[in-house]
Amino acid sequence: MSLLIGAVTIGLILSLLALGVFISFRIFAFPDITAEGSITLGAAVAAIFLVHGVNPWIATSIAIVAGALAGATTGVLHTRFKINGLLSGILVMTALYSINLHVMGRSNIPLLSARTVVTEAQNILASALRGRESVSVGGWAVSSHDASLLLFFLAIAAAVGAVLFVFLRTDLGTAMRATGDNSQMIRALGVNDGNMMVLGLAVSNGLIALAGALLSQYQGFADVQMGIGMLVWGLASVIIGEALVGVKQLGLLITGAVMGSVLFRLLVAIALRWGLDPNDLKLITAGFVLVALILPALLEKAKQRKASHA
Amino acid sequence: MLDVREIRKTFNAGTPNEVRSLQGVDLALDEGSFVIIIGTNGSGKSTLLNAVAGTFFVDSGSINLSGQNVTRWPEHRRALMIGRVFQNPFSGTAPNLSIAENLALAARRGLTRGLGWALNPRLNQQMRDTVHGLGMGLENRLDNLIGNLSGGQRQALTLLMATWLKPKLLLLDEHTAALDPKSADQVIQLSDQIIQRDKLTTLMVTHSMHQAVNLGDRLIMMHRGQILHDFRGAEKQRLRVDDLMRRFEDVRRADLLDETAAEMLQRKYV
Repeated sequence: MSLLIGAVTIGLILSLLALGVFISFRIFAFPDITAEGSITLGAAVAAIFLVHGVNPWIATSIAIVAGALAGATTGVLHTRFKINGLLSGILVMTALYSINLHVMGRSNIPLLSARTVVTEAQNILASALRGRESVSVGGWAVSSHDASLLLFFLAIAAAVGAVLFVFLRTDLGTAMRATGDNSQMIRALGVNDGNMMVLGLAVSNGLIALAGALLSQYQGFADVQMGIGMLVWGLASVIIGEALVGVKQLGLLITGAVMGSVLFRLLVAIALRWGLDPNDLKLITAGFVLVALILPALLEKAKQRKASHA
Repeated sequence: MLDVREIRKTFNAGTPNEVRSLQGVDLALDEGSFVIIIGTNGSGKSTLLNAVAGTFFVDSGSINLSGQNVTRWPEHRRALMIGRVFQNPFSGTAPNLSIAENLALAARRGLTRGLGWALNPRLNQQMRDTVHGLGMGLENRLDNLIGNLSGGQRQALTLLMATWLKPKLLLLDEHTAALDPKSADQVIQLSDQIIQRDKLTTLMVTHSMHQAVNLGDRLIMMHRGQILHDFRGAEKQRLRVDDLMRRFEDVRRADLLDETAAEMLQRKYV
């Protein structure tokens, strides 16, 4: 049970990554590999401030800003200097690897003794539970430590999802969605589509850095390698989410991305439990995303062939 | 209103694909005039519209709009003054946004966009009323994705969007060329209606001789990046399709002559 709770909790944390990837990949159709650097950047920046005793909420907020700057850099490279989108992301991601090492000063920072948002959340929720060791969830005894963290990250994921939903329905957010949908149209309506993309990638990578900052605080360390493969994990979550909700409706897509992330982590946890070699995890994830990307086209083709035979 | 002076534009300069699209075009539009542009393929008529809209910067010459020199203004900045409808019905609308959201975007054309709700009850009511005027029954489908509509419906909505805030200049770039005849007719009638009602200064490119003689108060014929004929007032009203066909035939013959002459000279001297 504790294994499943842990998987769901990590799924909720990484749902912020999924929401960031949703913005870049689905709204702008931009394969933004900056994600792999900015998630580590978020973890690194938060960790270094935390070990110096900075208030965890402030440390986490600075991590968001750092991620947003990384995303904006990719956006500027792509829109102002006309560098290919994927290459802009690769340049920033590569640069971030060194930057992250500089920020951290070494390749791994343990956070076990630091005051973090996780310890804060535990303090708040522990007092609410009046020192009970475990709570009952549907007959299962769950340690109150695990349960409080699950609730805490659920609240964060729900809040971020709600704010994103509201933002994307404002004048600015609607213009952002239209930019990815039809840039010619939005220019003709007076929007600087380049600026819109820079802003979008900043928001996207800000969310991803937040995911990194929270993840490092949850697992108790920041590591310079932790970003590897994260973009594909985010993509997998978004794709699973779309399959779960089935409709292209903004609120459902956002909810779907969060649910997709949780489901994905659950599947990973179960597969690992069944004896999947952890080394194969990224290979399998990549294979899954590949299938999910080509399957719709294949199905369409099969349908057409059927129709033409009929 | 619009004052275009001696603008030139060459694409792919210095390569084998060099195209001299605009070769010194002068054009002055009075406020409220409705000008039709016709011309052969590659005559530069769409390029002229795009130059005015700011899709690219001209190589030389100047463009003044409503007393301001907009020659070096980027496209999105000119959008405050210019409403546009494109040839491709898919170009003017965002397919994955609802009808209402598309209209809401147009309702802030060229204005700053902040964190207020894009949709609100007042705007929604206004949309229902305006869209009802199209007579397409779309007022009850405002929440549908615009990508599910037909080309004609999308083009009619694009026209509403371009004129939602009264533009100083309306640019119509062969906006019915990709539609079936019935939809094309509908969209043309709607265009004329809106232009007359709001007294919009309009530049309209068309391939249809029929539209060219029946619409507008001035007609410009372009050829090889220049303005060849400019019919106004009574002369424009007297124009018939046959007259235009004759002018096109003249152009064709002149071109033919040019080519044979060039060939002859080449044989003789090269």
